[in-house]
Amino acid sequence: MADITVNNTGPVVAKAKKGKIGKYKKWGYIFMIPFVVVFLIFQAWPLIQTFYYSIFDYFWSQGQLKFIGPEFCGFDNFVALFTGNVSIWALTYNTMIMWVLGFVPQIIISLLFAYWFTNIRLRLKCLGFFKTVMYMPNLIMASAFSMLIFSLFSDIGPVNNIITSITGGEPFRFLSYTGSTMGLVAMMNFIMWFGNTTILLMAAMMGINESVIEAAEIDGANSSQIFWKITLPLIRPILVYVMITSLIGGLQMFDVPQILTDGMGGPNNSTKTLIMYLNQHIAAKNYGMAGALSVLIFVICAVLSFIVYYFFASDRDQKKLKKRG
Amino acid sequence: MKKRILAAVLASASILGAVAGCQSTATSSTDSGTSSTSGTSSTGSDVGSSTSEGESDVTSEKFTLADGEGNHLVIAAWNEEFKNYFETYIKDRLPDGVTYEFVITENKDNKYQNKLDEDLPNNETAEKKIDMFLFEADYALKYVNSDFTLDVKDLGITDDDISGMYQYTKDVCTSSSGALKGLSWQATPGLFAYKRSIAKDVLGTDDPTKVQEALSDWTKFDEVAAKAKEKGYFMLSGYDDSYRTFSNNVSAPWVNENNEIIIDDNIMKWVDQTKTYTENGYNNKTSLWADAWSADQKKDGKVFGFFYSTWGINFTLAGNCPEKGEYAVCYGPQSYFWGGSWLAGAKGTDNPKLVGDVMRAFCCDAEFGKKFTSETQDYYNNADAMNELAATDFQSAYLGGQNHIALFAETAPKIDMSKISVFDQGLNEKFQGAMKEYFDGTVDKDTALNNFYENAITLYPELKRPA
Repeated sequence: MADITVNNTGPVVAKAKKGKIGKYKKWGYIFMIPFVVVFLIFQAWPLIQTFYYSIFDYFWSQGQLKFIGPEFCGFDNFVALFTGNVSIWALTYNTMIMWVLGFVPQIIISLLFAYWFTNIRLRLKCLGFFKTVMYMPNLIMASAFSMLIFSLFSDIGPVNNIITSITGGEPFRFLSYTGSTMGLVAMMNFIMWFGNTTILLMAAMMGINESVIEAAEIDGANSSQIFWKITLPLIRPILVYVMITSLIGGLQMFDVPQILTDGMGGPNNSTKTLIMYLNQHIAAKNYGMAGALSVLIFVICAVLSFIVYYFFASDRDQKKLKKRG
Repeated sequence: MKKRILAAVLASASILGAVAGCQSTATSSTDSGTSSTSGTSSTGSDVGSSTSEGESDVTSEKFTLADGEGNHLVIAAWNEEFKNYFETYIKDRLPDGVTYEFVITENKDNKYQNKLDEDLPNNETAEKKIDMFLFEADYALKYVNSDFTLDVKDLGITDDDISGMYQYTKDVCTSSSGALKGLSWQATPGLFAYKRSIAKDVLGTDDPTKVQEALSDWTKFDEVAAKAKEKGYFMLSGYDDSYRTFSNNVSAPWVNENNEIIIDDNIMKWVDQTKTYTENGYNNKTSLWADAWSADQKKDGKVFGFFYSTWGINFTLAGNCPEKGEYAVCYGPQSYFWGGSWLAGAKGTDNPKLVGDVMRAFCCDAEFGKKFTSETQDYYNNADAMNELAATDFQSAYLGGQNHIALFAETAPKIDMSKISVFDQGLNEKFQGAMKEYFDGTVDKDTALNNFYENAITLYPELKRPA
């Protein structure tokens, strides 16, 4: 930190004597104070409290209109989370399934669009228009979008009007089946985020040196070979970045299923995500259980991050090895 | 140039995106659904003048403030029902210069109670003090037995004022130490509102006494359901339409003294009945308050009838089906009650006298009650006034000329609220939610019950499964 301060102040400092540098050093720390204080009060302390309360019985009693506890209960909260009807496994499974269902089509479609849009040989027209339109769904608030889909696909909504007028039978009750409810959540996440991913991947593809692709063409590579052997490997860092951000976003999935299923995560708790369950505990002011669940979500995030980081690091090591070779 | 426009579009798009992101976090972090509206007593007096044209013996004198009282009245509620009444009947009687404000938080998922639990303990020091709040029977005991509600005697209400009220409306609000903590303007016996045209088609008559005869117990009710099905109608709209008729006739409260959740046999009867109805196609698979449920009440709806309560006629049914003469009401197969709102003074109010005046004017005035019931169809909480009205040739235009007050006057004194508990609101909601999946066929009965216990204990951590 101190070094950066010195560099930022420019040539004057560079010329100054050592003693003067020492004098300026303190400003680095002084400038950091606001952040550190805010961080300690609003992040570090609540974080510590979360861990602390996770081993306590501590909740608001509706019957007695007062807080019960905190009373030390060991790992009871964690045991409840692992053994309950709505266990941490089920919640993680729900969350990840819905994320994968949305992410796989999202990355495929985005790659395709990004490839087409950056390919100068295709001479596509109205690119700006399409890029804007694709990005549009991301501008809508997730909850508003979810509300819209909820009304569209409700038992008496427009979609069911079409279905009944074609088949003449009963409406299809989308939100009463696990598959269709999960599908709707995945579809919303897909529609909301594929434009954003397309733009990120386009940026990555435009960064590829055109001469590499030309050289491949001269060597006789066809377009699918160019895509798989040149474009894809070269945009890998961005792909990993997209993957990580999407994974973190996916773990925090909340507003879309919350609004769509009216906070219930139905049917049979199959669309209840980690954060939705956390929200239920917080709404009930059950700070012990909410703390325990938060700790577990923290562990899950940490494990997933380590896995991704491990792949990153090994990738870099491989490159180093290749260079040496 | 083209590129510049494009760049501008994309840039504004991304900025908008950022803004949209901010909004979504902001709404999810605050307790959503809380809104407040306010007004002054001096504005919009046209509402008052149009209503005061009615009977002349109803007083429209203005209230007065006691020394040191504030001039801003804050009222917390979970829907617009009381707000509408307040603006029609009470607003113009507020002293000059006194403003009022409604803080409305929706009831679902305990949101309204959570808001009260947060605000009431700090009410004495808060900048915006809640003067008065509303509560329902489902969680009345919670506030009645707390220190957050004021004894109505301290608000200037005398024994004489409340003498005409139905006893149960007072029992609900009597704390364990014997203090009366809240007053209601309504009594809410349950009813079965049926569509006249469908009754004619199915039963050959739409006369309330004859329809009542045909529906007087559950066996007969089932028979009519089968007949309605043959004619292409649904007997009921949703799964939980008949829920209250069963849940109000339980043998014990939801929760026993060991904080264990006990599902009463009568409630399980509802489960079995509804499952049968669903399998036989007697209901339209909707849920209370859902869009599809409201749509079923429209003029061209295919549903025979709806279990409702007094307030349901004017507050809900008339909103969903504005055409007059479509519906009539009868008792239905089993007597029950549903809902009811009570007014209470919040501890820490800076307007105790005004709150008392509003309560007296709205809940304790028999003359006002007659006018109120004639105008709104709601059933006023005064036995004598209602009996008087029942004996007249009072006719409800909305119900096709039926004197439904006579019907209620018989059932209202029978209401028994001794089986209510603090947890009714959440447990009823969670039970209906969990059972919906059983009726839908997504899960079996045991899983549905398991899910109910799980969701109930998440909501009320102090409760346990029965041992």
